[in-house]
Amino acid sequence: MAKSIAVENDDIGNDKRLELWRKQVEIRDCEKRAYDLFLQNLIKGTSHLSLGQEAIAAAFGVAMQKGDKSFCTYRGHAHTLARGVPMEAMLGELMLRDIGLMRGKGGSMHLTSVEHGVMGSYAIIGAHLPIACGSAWRAQYLGEKDVTVCFFGDGTTNIGAFHEALNFAVIWKLPVVFVCENNLYMEYTLNADVTAVASPAGDRASAYGLEKIVIDGNDADVVYRSANTAIEKAREGGGPSLIECLTYRHSGHSRADPGKYRPEGELEKWKERDPIIIYKQRMKDFGITDAQIEAIETESKRKMEHATELCKASPPAPVELLTTDVYADGGWAWRN
Amino acid sequence: MAELSYRDAVIRGISQEMRRDKNVVFLGEDIGKAGGVFKATVGLYEEFGPLRIRDTPISEQAILGAAMGAAMTGLRPIAEIMFSDFIAVCFDYIANEMPKISYMTNGQVKCPLVIRTGNGGGVRFGAQHSQSVENWTMMIPGLKVVAPSSPVDVIGLMAAAIRDNNPVIFHEHKALYATKGEVPDGEILDTLGTAKILRKGKDCTILALALMVHRAIDAAEILARDHGIDAEVVDVRSLVPLDTQTILSSVAKTGRLFTVEENPRLLGWGAEIASIVADEGFWDLDGPIVRITTPHIPLPAADHLEDLALPNAARIVDKIVRVMNR
Repeated sequence: MAKSIAVENDDIGNDKRLELWRKQVEIRDCEKRAYDLFLQNLIKGTSHLSLGQEAIAAAFGVAMQKGDKSFCTYRGHAHTLARGVPMEAMLGELMLRDIGLMRGKGGSMHLTSVEHGVMGSYAIIGAHLPIACGSAWRAQYLGEKDVTVCFFGDGTTNIGAFHEALNFAVIWKLPVVFVCENNLYMEYTLNADVTAVASPAGDRASAYGLEKIVIDGNDADVVYRSANTAIEKAREGGGPSLIECLTYRHSGHSRADPGKYRPEGELEKWKERDPIIIYKQRMKDFGITDAQIEAIETESKRKMEHATELCKASPPAPVELLTTDVYADGGWAWRN
Repeated sequence: MAELSYRDAVIRGISQEMRRDKNVVFLGEDIGKAGGVFKATVGLYEEFGPLRIRDTPISEQAILGAAMGAAMTGLRPIAEIMFSDFIAVCFDYIANEMPKISYMTNGQVKCPLVIRTGNGGGVRFGAQHSQSVENWTMMIPGLKVVAPSSPVDVIGLMAAAIRDNNPVIFHEHKALYATKGEVPDGEILDTLGTAKILRKGKDCTILALALMVHRAIDAAEILARDHGIDAEVVDVRSLVPLDTQTILSSVAKTGRLFTVEENPRLLGWGAEIASIVADEGFWDLDGPIVRITTPHIPLPAADHLEDLALPNAARIVDKIVRVMNR
């Protein structure tokens, strides 16, 4: 009975598992809703979904404590929700309504909620890795105990800022965790075709004296364990970690991309390893009942429908916002 | 009152603010143990220690990124980009990240930091270590941009920049580091966004910045002595915010406007000011607005060629006399 041994030695516990499940389901529901809202032309501009990659943001979201800081990319809906940001604030920003996190001034690619520790979503590849170093430097300098977590994709490992940031984090022993979500495609191109090493993050780790950590990014338990280890190491002054999470995005790079460059059958194969499917089975293995699982699913759908209605009812932001907060005094004056 | 070099004024300005506020930290290449390649940070490491004065690798993106992340979360960093030409390798932070974070986040995030950088020519360093790039930074909404010409202004504007809650680009002029000026004792705090009339005059207004201020003053003395032209010299000091009131008032008085710009011709800072004066001060003008700039070329290293390229007193005088007597 391997299962019972696993249950007896369970280092995660079912309370945490239900939390991991709830976050994954909420992200999945919101990302699907975001896709539907595109089709209804209620979301404008671009958008980058994390469908299929939910386990990573969810697991880090559970592992991070209040006060920890997170930095993510333009593919950041999941990481924003995972920190506890209400669905209507996230979806409302995608819909560029007044109810949105930044009242429509930032849009899908710049989701930020300082009160939740979401220090921004960055749309220039690699830019936020050095910025995350700065956040961690502040914690170290002031003796604050928060940890900074920085999410990025496999494509980021080929830009200079990635390398500068890793070196910086190591030489200053900063409390920062770098999380590479390797979904195999940089945008429309297979990352392996343009990268010198097989593991785009993992194989670079040794160049900065870091341990090579490459994990299954579709298994929330695996990600959660790794996240906990790295975050606690950082919090205790042990310095940075670089974690590569193997995953796969179910949709294209962005709204405009149908993902036709992917070989036939690849998506279907990865869908068998859908983090939602994996986790549902995991919970059952650990004795969580169907009723408990379904209650979370039902509640997530209810919240998402409610959030959608709130967003649809929200007006666009007042036009006065056009010129607010260019400068720290709240205005935009560049001359007298 | 004491005589202080521009270089030592940088040290004094930073020291003054670091003593006042423990959240002020400083990072850059060779700034600590080495005292800076221009010797403009000597003694800071000894006084404030390695936790506040941090030597970095040659990683300009990491320097500015780290400064930004620290500023966003509670510190007031000063970051040095050794030569302003190197802004080009970390321009993402200056163009896309620092100036936009407040706006994009609807004011949730502030970015109070200073980027100090050695700007300008006249030191025979050639095309990649001599440029005047203040216009690269002037064009971006969300930044403040200053370029002091004297030791006292270095201290006062540095203090104001560090206390400001926005990203401020602080252009120090490399050719001015050795120059000296009188500086009062005690705390010095100036105001960003203020121009200074350095020489009063009634016949024409000359606007200048940094090194060019000194050449404009020399030119004004020659114009008065040899040509009977009484020029008013205005040190612009701050490109953003821009003190248009001082400039427009001066033009209203003199009726003539000349800019003296070290930057290459196209889209130099004077072009924007010329446009403002043409819009708002046109009826005060008695003649065309004339810009005196470096030609639209990269800067050569050879001293005789670099001297030909940069505006100097003789060229300023020649141009103003020809335009005024036409």
